[in-house]
Amino acid sequence: MSEHVISSKLYVGIWATLMVLTAATAGVAFLDLGPFNTVVALVIATCKALLVVLFFMHVKYTSERMTKVVIAAAIFFLLLLLGLSLADYTTRLVA
Amino acid sequence: MSDSDSMAGGSLVAEHEHGPELRHHFATVEQQREASTLGMWLFLATEIMFFGGLFCTYLIYRYWYYDEFAAGSRSINIWMGAINTGVLICSSLTVALSVRAAQTGKRKTLIVLLILTLLFGVAFLGIKGVEWYQKFEEHHVPGLNFSAADLIRDYPQLHIDPHHVQLYFSLYFAMTGLHALHMVIGIGVFLFLLYESWKGRYTPAYHTPIEIGGLYWHFVDIVWIYLFPLLYLIDRKPL
Repeated sequence: MSEHVISSKLYVGIWATLMVLTAATAGVAFLDLGPFNTVVALVIATCKALLVVLFFMHVKYTSERMTKVVIAAAIFFLLLLLGLSLADYTTRLVA
Repeated sequence: MSDSDSMAGGSLVAEHEHGPELRHHFATVEQQREASTLGMWLFLATEIMFFGGLFCTYLIYRYWYYDEFAAGSRSINIWMGAINTGVLICSSLTVALSVRAAQTGKRKTLIVLLILTLLFGVAFLGIKGVEWYQKFEEHHVPGLNFSAADLIRDYPQLHIDPHHVQLYFSLYFAMTGLHALHMVIGIGVFLFLLYESWKGRYTPAYHTPIEIGGLYWHFVDIVWIYLFPLLYLIDRKPL
């Protein structure tokens, strides 16, 4: 498989989407959504990160499966670290 | 090295008939490129765990001391943070386009895009420096005449223990500091790539350093994409 060349137009489109999402996350922060402020901020950040990984880092077009395995493993272990630690700390009963 | 060894090496190179960019232990340029990219992703996986420890610490203390983290977050400049996010996204675009310029063999475009990337990177660090200076003036640097008196005065609705505010600012400086260190290293990497591009080292057949340098730059951008909401946008709604 040869290397995939992405069009400049698509790159600029991704850039524009990332800029709009940045403005959106800063704007939404001033609204009172209760506990959902954090959820919305993290969902927007994850969308932005996905766009960067898939297009700017070419993961959408890679034919190399090992790369995808490494990325999936890294995310899995990060979620394991965060998930299990928070499961402990958020359920402790403080006397 | 004996004569027979060097002769064997010479005949191997002649047999394969490849350019100087292909190391002889790879079969094709394509295989060499994929191996380098995979190696970079493995390094980035270790970087994810490196920053992951800090993110985990942040989440636990934010859960425990929400009011102090909210007050600390309100005191840092949201606009500088937002502008810096924009600056980094622009730099990621110029990096992505520079990989494209290398793939299509446009040397001048490549050089211009690398210079733009470096300028965005320096602008990011400049804005970050101004922000840190403001924290210094406000006595918000932990362990250095630290005072949360202004926050206690400004946010009477929040329950504020100055020790826990220090914890927020310790994490703020550790996380933005480690990120800034990665930016400084990234600028060093891109200065090297600029020098090599200037000398015409990168061609459509061989430009792996641009590709994997770009992967590093995009990774540092992604870390900031999470740092911005977590540090700057904890609690901005009207009290």
